[in-house]
Amino acid sequence: MNSIPIARTAMRAQPRSNLRSRRVGQAVAFALLWLAGLSAVVALLAVSGYIISRGLPLIDRDFLLTRPRGGLGGEGGISTTIVTTLYLVLLTIGVATPLGVGAAIYLAEYAGETESGFLSRLVGLARLGVETLAGVPSIIFGLFGFALFVSALHFGFSLLSAGLAGACLILPVIIRASEEALLAVPRSYREGSLALGATKWQTTWQVVLPAAAPGIITGIVLSVGRVVSETAVFYVTLGGSLRAPSSLLSGGRTMALHVYYLAMETRAFDKAMATGAVLIVTMVLINAVINLLSRRLSAGMRG
Amino acid sequence: MQIRLITDRAVRYLLLLSALISILIVFLIGLFTLRESWPALREVGLGRLLGGTVWRPGSEQFGILAMIAGSVLVTCGAIVLGVPLAMGSAVFLAEIAPPAVRGVVRPAVELLAGIPSVVYGLFGLVVLVPLVRQVPVTGNIGFSLLAASIVLAIMILPTVTNIAEDAIRAVPREYKEGSLALGTTHWQTIVGVTLPAARSGIVAAIILGIGRALGETMAMIMVIGNSVAFPAPLNDNPLTIILSAARTLTGNIAVEINYATGIHRSAIFATGVALFVMVMLVNSLARWMLRRRAA
Repeated sequence: MNSIPIARTAMRAQPRSNLRSRRVGQAVAFALLWLAGLSAVVALLAVSGYIISRGLPLIDRDFLLTRPRGGLGGEGGISTTIVTTLYLVLLTIGVATPLGVGAAIYLAEYAGETESGFLSRLVGLARLGVETLAGVPSIIFGLFGFALFVSALHFGFSLLSAGLAGACLILPVIIRASEEALLAVPRSYREGSLALGATKWQTTWQVVLPAAAPGIITGIVLSVGRVVSETAVFYVTLGGSLRAPSSLLSGGRTMALHVYYLAMETRAFDKAMATGAVLIVTMVLINAVINLLSRRLSAGMRG
Repeated sequence: MQIRLITDRAVRYLLLLSALISILIVFLIGLFTLRESWPALREVGLGRLLGGTVWRPGSEQFGILAMIAGSVLVTCGAIVLGVPLAMGSAVFLAEIAPPAVRGVVRPAVELLAGIPSVVYGLFGLVVLVPLVRQVPVTGNIGFSLLAASIVLAIMILPTVTNIAEDAIRAVPREYKEGSLALGTTHWQTIVGVTLPAARSGIVAAIILGIGRALGETMAMIMVIGNSVAFPAPLNDNPLTIILSAARTLTGNIAVEINYATGIHRSAIFATGVALFVMVMLVNSLARWMLRRRAA
């Protein structure tokens, strides 16, 4: 395509250099790229900066440790929403981790060795399931939880319904992170163990899993973040009660849900922003833990 | 000795079972949403459900075309605003950012992905909506496709940036070296060689961004106004459609599911099926693009 102009240039007695104009073009383009790159930082500072600066003055010990009393101004603190969030994190992680890590172990360690047509078809289905689940919008998980757990199984709007629906949401996150971690464990570890006469499961349990643990834990922490920040699923499965849940079958509201109710139903924007600020700080901490873990992980792999 | 081998065998099948949980959940999601939406599909009919522009549960009118339009329009807006920024960020991070700057921008993008969607919604509600309301057009209430598109553009920025950056980094070094050796500038190499070589990954990144945008719920409810009217320009100027309030498919589900009964409830599940099908189509397109790159 460019051959003709180049040939023409070559035919001139003294080819004129266009280097200068090309350099100017590059300078302009790079300036725009810098702007785009910094836009992410600007967006982050604008959103979190605004919420935190408006919310922070309201946050003190009382805000964190007293229960919300409701009312138009959203009186009281957020203690019960913190408790509900913690319960829900424990529940979703508790349900999804064994299943997710189990699935990842099968996909990473066992799926490769199946030759039979039926089993490999099952493995294909399992992979399709993980991929599909990872792309399902969270409100669909909510709708599903509402239909199955809240209505059909009569769990009502409760921790149990929300926890099970939330577990479906984070399952693909845990499976993907764990599978990646397992695949990164050097082959020689397995061979060494098998050569000593250990069974496949003994090898997996005692050698491969411990080596993959940091990566798996990263996936779990990532899931904690998903549950803390998720709203749509819990909006249609958890009810929204201000009280701390007393059993698996009682409802509640998470911090994220509290932000929504404060902003949309009572227009208590200040309290909403204070709660939002707590949420942002929580997410910053969770991100820091993930970065710390993956840094240790890559250091471990090198050493 | 024997016990060891029996355990080994038993564990193998247990693990296989847990590997199949995901597909089981996908199956159950399909089963339950379809089953619950069946009465609406039967009584209202697929054509009037998907093609109807009036959603009035009180008089048994359940057309979701206005919500489909709302979801599509707000997603287009987010793509128009967000993709240029995301692509710029991706090229910046992969090609020209000095390590120190990269060390600031990268975590910022990660945190942007971690901020809960209600917080974005809250920001939109208290900052963007009043800002949009300043535009002097009759009937402009601030809750609008525009405000929603801006919020959504920020929300898809991390998704698109991350995947596009990966695609750009995956371009073999030799391609760039060959181009630079011919005397091109770095920028000419990026435009002429690197980006075309990363094309399918970049397209996949944008498509995944679309999938994300279609599925966003809480932030949309908070800033888009949730009006069931078909989005339309506020006056003779067709551009004022961006100031129109609207409702997304996701919003239609979340706003009404908790109190809906009977055929109304069923129509909301049908909304869910429509959303599920749209997002699945978009996501499989993206996966197909990514696989083509790998092949």
